[in-house]
Amino acid sequence: MVEEKDVSESLKEWDEKVVGKTLERFPERKKEFATISGIPVKRLYSPVDTADIDYNRDVGFPGAYPFTRGVQPTMYRGRFWTMRQYSGFATAKETNERFKFLLEQGQTGLSVAFDLPTQIGYDSDHPLAQGEVGKVGVAIDSLADMEVLFDSIPLDKVSTSMTINAPASVLLAMYIVVAEKQGVPMEKLRGTVQNDILKEYAARGTYIFPPQPSMRLTTDIFRFCSEKMPLWNTISISGYHLREAGSTAVQEVAFTIADGIAYVESAIKSGLDVDAFASRLSFFFGSHSDFLEEIAKFRAARRLWARIMKERFNAKSDRSTRMRFHTQTAGCTLTAQQPDNNIVRVTMQALQAVLGGTQSLHTNSRDEALSLPTEDSVQIALRTQQIIAYESGVGDTIDPLAGSYYIEYLTNEIERLATEYIKKIDSMGGAPAAIEQGYIQKEIHAAAYAFQRAVDSGERVVVGVNKFTVKEEQSMEYLRVNPQIEREQVERLMALKQDRDGAKVEATLKALKQCAEGTENLMPYIIDAVKAYATLGEICDVLRSVFGEYKAPDIL
Amino acid sequence: MSSKKIRVLVAKPGLDGHDRGAKVVARALRDAGMEVIYTGLRQTPEMIVRAAIDEAVDVIGLSILSGAHNAIFPRVMELLNAEGVDDILVVAGGIIPEDDVPMLKEVGIAEVFGPGTPLQEIVDFIQSNVKK
Repeated sequence: MVEEKDVSESLKEWDEKVVGKTLERFPERKKEFATISGIPVKRLYSPVDTADIDYNRDVGFPGAYPFTRGVQPTMYRGRFWTMRQYSGFATAKETNERFKFLLEQGQTGLSVAFDLPTQIGYDSDHPLAQGEVGKVGVAIDSLADMEVLFDSIPLDKVSTSMTINAPASVLLAMYIVVAEKQGVPMEKLRGTVQNDILKEYAARGTYIFPPQPSMRLTTDIFRFCSEKMPLWNTISISGYHLREAGSTAVQEVAFTIADGIAYVESAIKSGLDVDAFASRLSFFFGSHSDFLEEIAKFRAARRLWARIMKERFNAKSDRSTRMRFHTQTAGCTLTAQQPDNNIVRVTMQALQAVLGGTQSLHTNSRDEALSLPTEDSVQIALRTQQIIAYESGVGDTIDPLAGSYYIEYLTNEIERLATEYIKKIDSMGGAPAAIEQGYIQKEIHAAAYAFQRAVDSGERVVVGVNKFTVKEEQSMEYLRVNPQIEREQVERLMALKQDRDGAKVEATLKALKQCAEGTENLMPYIIDAVKAYATLGEICDVLRSVFGEYKAPDIL
Repeated sequence: MSSKKIRVLVAKPGLDGHDRGAKVVARALRDAGMEVIYTGLRQTPEMIVRAAIDEAVDVIGLSILSGAHNAIFPRVMELLNAEGVDDILVVAGGIIPEDDVPMLKEVGIAEVFGPGTPLQEIVDFIQSNVKK
């Protein structure tokens, strides 16, 4: 055992006698060092910095409260993280082919990207959908498209994550019905709907309804799944988009957990018992470019969430306090300049996520600062994960960086700073109120601006952008979505409206409207409408007519 | 240089919610002494052109990351032309492949700023190219 007092004395001695002399002759690169979040970084960390850590209380063991070291007892020794590439473009048919390609390449789960009209609840023939159909994801107008999307993909074998928020209930309903047609009952379905509306208001922008009815839609999914879909993740509380919008690592943890608190409070208020739904909450983080800070961030987030669930919400089961999360490498760190360098960035960011104990991972493709990724680029991105998993050996022992003085110190520091933010948000009335007042948006925007200023001044180096630049022609092949797609999709939609039983559509939409005006769970009514081939736009229009639409505050 | 402040409309056409770039640029233009109006999300070309005329701006900055630029930017220019507006400088930014830039310039977008553009470059371009 090291005596703490001895270390601080010898540290002081080292500082004065050894470091002092060197500094006179060789000054350091910078006067002050800091993480991307602005946490000061000292020259050296030692037992002095971790003296107040109680191992059992603060660090503990994998698979046990407070889960600092990971959520499963054996972590990647049992099974690697799920390699889950977010993908989707053009029509259901083309995305179905990409899915099959990815599964053949050894991908272990699906992640569906929907186009913007789908995410905002518009059919492909809506005036605002013009130019957007099939662009950033696949266009889904009705159950008919969803049937094509998952054609010949056994839904009892794969798990599917769907990046869908405002109309999450509708897409979940479509998934349930497609599975049912495949003969797979909903209690067997594994996957996730993102279903996190708060971060849409704060950062991502694909909201439809005002906060209150949105929170009802969210908790209706919690309740429905707690009764009928025990393996389904009812929400993916997302820090990723807050981070991509410019927030720091500390803000990412703080704002995500503040959103999480709001969902838990809303569900409890609607009459659910915390242990009935909390174990199906999942999270989603970014993996940015500060290697060690990111690893500490993941550990800090797990511990902080566990403590909040236990201490604030009195969760009885450890499973309710366990933060499981998906990670994506940071799209905003990719450069359009010298795009092959992005492969290296993504490799480091993916490694951080693995060292931080992620449950699933998306690695970005090198060409994403230029356009949608090509198949070649996606394959390199997936191979990056496979190399980390099968060649590097980092998954052979759990949480290998635990006990590093710096990592443990930084884990504490991120938890402490995030807790301060959460207190502030609590005092404003919680995350929904803080978003309504524009507080969270302003904090993120200020961080984004400061970051860009630091890059522009050269204080923060981005290789290939403000240092080590070369003159280059953009020579990469990139994926282009055929503009023809939009017309074809609209034609399919027209044909569907001709073929279906109009009276049945009308009846189910009428029933849905009545439900929306009352307080019953919306899910069964949405499933009925979906089964009758009512379109996404029609279903969302019914809800718009009852709930109204959200208008964002003017924040700059 | 005249003492009149340059007025800029920073606009997010289409359904794309990624407004980090638009907001950062808006802030930089404001810090450079311009008057900046930000439209917020989900603007149609019609709404943007209307706002530009109503607000009597000198510059429109369009930001798109969703890939819808080839459909939306020419439409904005078409509407400006239809209104007989030829003294507004229109610039754009976002995820826009280089191959698309010549066509966008042909319809009248003065410059397209891709990822990694220093803010000062945008400020300088506007200051030296503004039409009135």
